[in-house]
Amino acid sequence: MSSNQTSASEVLSQPFNLGFTYTRSTGPVVGRFLTELRNGKIVGSKGSDGRVLVPAVEYDPVTAEALTEIVEVEDVGEVVNWCWVSEPTEHHPLDKPFAWGMVKLKGADTPMLHAIDTNGDESAMSTGMSVRARWIDQAQGNIHDIVCFEPGDSSSGKVPSCDAEGPMEIMDAPIYLDYNFTAGESTTRFLKQIRKGKLVGQKCPECSNVYIPARGTCAACGVATQEEVECDDVATVESFTIVAIPIPGNPIQPPYIVANLVADGANISFIHLLSECKNEDVHIGMRVKAVWKPEEEWDYAMDNIRYWKPLDAAEGK
Amino acid sequence: MKDVAIIAYQQSDCVRDAGAQNEVELIMPVVGAVMKQAGFENVQQIDFTCSGSCDYQQGAAFAFVLGVDSLGAVPPIKESHVEMDGAWALYESWLKIQMGEAETALIYGFGKSSPGEISNVLALQLDPYYLAPLKVDSISLAAMQARSLLEAGEITESDMAEVVVNSRANAKTNPHAQLKGDHSVDQLLAEPTTVAPLRKHDCCPVSDGAAAMIICTVEKAKELGLPYAVIKGIDHRIETHQVTLRDLKRSPSVEIAAEKAGVHSGPVDVAEIYAPFSHQEIIVKRALGLDDNVDINPSGGVLAGHLFMAAGLARIGEVAQRIIKGDYKRGVAHATSGPCLQQNMVVVLEGSE
Repeated sequence: MSSNQTSASEVLSQPFNLGFTYTRSTGPVVGRFLTELRNGKIVGSKGSDGRVLVPAVEYDPVTAEALTEIVEVEDVGEVVNWCWVSEPTEHHPLDKPFAWGMVKLKGADTPMLHAIDTNGDESAMSTGMSVRARWIDQAQGNIHDIVCFEPGDSSSGKVPSCDAEGPMEIMDAPIYLDYNFTAGESTTRFLKQIRKGKLVGQKCPECSNVYIPARGTCAACGVATQEEVECDDVATVESFTIVAIPIPGNPIQPPYIVANLVADGANISFIHLLSECKNEDVHIGMRVKAVWKPEEEWDYAMDNIRYWKPLDAAEGK
Repeated sequence: MKDVAIIAYQQSDCVRDAGAQNEVELIMPVVGAVMKQAGFENVQQIDFTCSGSCDYQQGAAFAFVLGVDSLGAVPPIKESHVEMDGAWALYESWLKIQMGEAETALIYGFGKSSPGEISNVLALQLDPYYLAPLKVDSISLAAMQARSLLEAGEITESDMAEVVVNSRANAKTNPHAQLKGDHSVDQLLAEPTTVAPLRKHDCCPVSDGAAAMIICTVEKAKELGLPYAVIKGIDHRIETHQVTLRDLKRSPSVEIAAEKAGVHSGPVDVAEIYAPFSHQEIIVKRALGLDDNVDINPSGGVLAGHLFMAAGLARIGEVAQRIIKGDYKRGVAHATSGPCLQQNMVVVLEGSE
């Protein structure tokens, strides 16, 4: 973690990227639309009222009736609405100023939304202008197979190539989001102490329980914890488990021991690792001591403590 | 339907970046304030608690669970959460009271938008096959909605700027507002567009903060001897998920909710409208059927400070507070969620007998 100074109070903050590598099943209607994209074709659904809805949708937006009839439309159409993005972000599909547009394709009764590229020129955009799909070279069966729309009143005629065969039943739908996470006032105080190799808990003014790590409140009483209490780096095992299977993303190789530990001077347990002991000897009530990383590696992190080992050397044999 | 009383309300200041304060540290002061207003010593004295928030806002899974740490929920309490604005937490609580399962309820909404990029986070609420992968951000969608109104001749850019002028002027008397001051329409229209046709001031600011409320049966409010405002009607409606299949110029969901909530069964003095973009205030005002005699957004509304996930609850609280104070007799509060006013709640509030 890096320490950033602000005028109000010192904030510990850290950028992080949240990622969910989701895949989604497409179903017969959306799947058909995505499959046709690979062929350079755009399809819609015939709605309950006979309108052609593009892209194809599973249910009618008014009657909620399941829609099954698929209709092919042209990849050329008219802009019915648009906005101008003068400062694209890294998330956007184009890296120069562009329009988002609602494009009503020939044969469709409702517009589809996509980016429109006029080479950064806002004055080239107007409601009612003709645009055509710009297709990708190598299709994947997702909405990005249409790179964007571009001015033009006839189809480019291009058909993307595609290695995949068969219907699109599963699509990748990853989500990545950037954040700058702040620790919280109370947690910041705790982390600044552990940076110095000290375990400093915070005491509830009502029930006197001492929390390590401190999170801002006593969860039981719902009041802020202020008073700081320095605890020993000696603890008691409250409970434990032996992890025998690998956990995705966790660099520690099984088997290893994860324990609920209550530090001397604190009342509420935290979770940490146990090592330098025989797995079969670990028991509730066992006394353990922190094994710290070398001081030069200390950071604002609970893993300044590498793991905990039995206090009684005899138990470690 | 039983009348339900609002007996306490508090919101935090709207700030661009709450800095070191985490969610629990944002919630505790407002929950503490409403407990004090209502004369409760702890949450154990309240029958039901419900919160509204969105974990994607700060990017921490199950962050809402940590929010419960601010309550003192030991021994365990009856508690629920909606991944929506606190206005919908109010709705769930109102239902509990209607069903006779609770006499009192604590509601809170909270959000820390500053750690993330809220406009991109909101792209995730779009359909996951066609729009979410394109990362169509919320401001761009609102900009297209504004253009559809402008090009249909239903509003002018001056109308939009006037909404902002009124918001900032009204916010001068709101100690929690983030953006306030005197502006002119001409001055605002001289600003460049950011996502044309929107200018920066047409868009609500990004704010961190929280709001809390306590509601109860009217009988309980009388027993407690507290002043209160009464929820006379409440309704929420949703439109299709596909923005391209909607007529963005109007809000049929607001129209239906307004009718079902009984907006027009009496004169309306005041309305707080949750419009994150200037033109949306005009859409909602029209859909609610309000004329120019109604005071719109005396707090400044969300263009003056947008507690994402608490802003809808705050609209209800703002109207309730003013009715309790005696400024108004009957008012309407509106909450929204989803792209381009996709879903909407309408609440009708009156003073006590």
